[in-house]
Amino acid sequence: MRPRIGVLALQGDFAEHIQMLDMIGIDSIEVRKVQQLSEIDGLIIPGGESTTIVKLLHMFDFVDDLKSHVESGMALWGTCAGMIVIARELADPYPTPLNLIDIGVARNYFGRQVDSFEAELKIKGIEGDPMRAVFIRAPIVQDTGDDIETLATVPATGDHPEQAVAVKSGRVLATSFHPELTQDTRLHSLFVKLAEDARIDENRTNAKRRLTEETASKV
Amino acid sequence: MATSTNGARGAQRWKEMSKPEVGDWRVKGGLAQMLKGGVIMDVVTPDQAKIAEDAGAVSVMALERVPSDIRRDGGVARMSDPDLISGIIDAVSIPVMAKARIGHFVEAQILESLGVDYCDESEVLTPADNEYHIDKWQYKMPYVCGARNIGEALRRIGEGAAMIRTKGEAGTGDIVHAVTHARQILADIRTIQNAPTEELMSLARDYQAPYELVVEVARTGKLPVVNFAAGGIATPADAALLMQIGVEGVFVGSGIFKSSNPAKMADAIVRATTHFNDPDMLAEISRGLGDAMPGIEANKIPEDEQLQTRGW
Repeated sequence: MRPRIGVLALQGDFAEHIQMLDMIGIDSIEVRKVQQLSEIDGLIIPGGESTTIVKLLHMFDFVDDLKSHVESGMALWGTCAGMIVIARELADPYPTPLNLIDIGVARNYFGRQVDSFEAELKIKGIEGDPMRAVFIRAPIVQDTGDDIETLATVPATGDHPEQAVAVKSGRVLATSFHPELTQDTRLHSLFVKLAEDARIDENRTNAKRRLTEETASKV
Repeated sequence: MATSTNGARGAQRWKEMSKPEVGDWRVKGGLAQMLKGGVIMDVVTPDQAKIAEDAGAVSVMALERVPSDIRRDGGVARMSDPDLISGIIDAVSIPVMAKARIGHFVEAQILESLGVDYCDESEVLTPADNEYHIDKWQYKMPYVCGARNIGEALRRIGEGAAMIRTKGEAGTGDIVHAVTHARQILADIRTIQNAPTEELMSLARDYQAPYELVVEVARTGKLPVVNFAAGGIATPADAALLMQIGVEGVFVGSGIFKSSNPAKMADAIVRATTHFNDPDMLAEISRGLGDAMPGIEANKIPEDEQLQTRGW
């Protein structure tokens, strides 16, 4: 059975993620309402404006349910703004992140839009050539908790240590850059595998049923 | 902020080492992709910029006067004071846009030097050149430009614009021309898409558009860059109307800070742009917002006083 994947469609480049999943034969849904979280095995939080996405997640009552779904084993992937949204904490005053993965993140680490760039990036778990990584006003991972696996880093430069731009913890994935703006689907395939694991996980199945009932009783 | 600045310096060397392309097409158009489904708001002070950010704006447009005041005051409208733009850049963490006059490439150079994230080469300001728009390929800073039809849109993209918006009559609070332009661009796209390939060159001639871009539209069925609505949006329903017609996000100029309760109106337009297809939600969102901006009926403005006819 193929996993069902949702792309958070409150704001940002969700259409590009849907297109990428389509290229590898995965149908996905646009998630605009919290009830839809019970229909999916994995959720992608796309690029966009992190302050806007966090604000909309609160406005439309996603925060508690999203946390419960991730704790129950739903796969989750944040790209750029999505990484900021799911971080434990930020070096910046805004927004307040959701603490769904144990990383500290700094926004706009590389500077403003005129400093945005592309580069070749070797990523652990991705076979073959390096990926073309598109960094747009991109964040960086400044510190990682114990169970965080670093998948890709930018090298140390001058007085700056080597820092992570792609990390994974269980079924939660976070990347500073935008694979959805390229034609390279390898990271999307990796995420689909995480969602496949979630689909056959009994804890997740039971939790989905419970959360569906709880959400229904709230509405 | 300190972290980001140091980070930028450290990252600079890595960027040089790995030979990336800075400010190239994908990165410029990519930022516009990130703004999709969002609302870009005109602001004239850092305080207004904060209100916009708190309401969930994806970006702010830094200006000295909103379009309705420019319209009322008359005279020559120019680029804003760099102090004002820098003050707004410092006040918020979201991307900041600013306007340069059509063809005024030195105003654009100044905006790029200030670190502006997107330049709007805008008909709202008084044009500096009756003939030529800015050669937008010369900048790392991306551009958004207005368009009333596919020809104008593809000419701007041909000059390097990485985002297109409609040229609805600014400062009126009347949505009619934004609707007209959005429908026209989408209708033109359908015409191109349905045409057999041997007709594309003639269509390019008729639209006065670069042939290669006409071929691209025929292949993909959409503009090669993100397409927003601008001009006259004053209510959540206005924003949702344009989104349902088929734009990818909205600019709101005078509509927020000329309404009776700007914070509430801003918040409502942000919600409506996300749930544009949900009438029950839109009904809730539209309740009790106070007065929208006072408007001017755009169809009654004589053509030589319209802003949208500036540029070609």
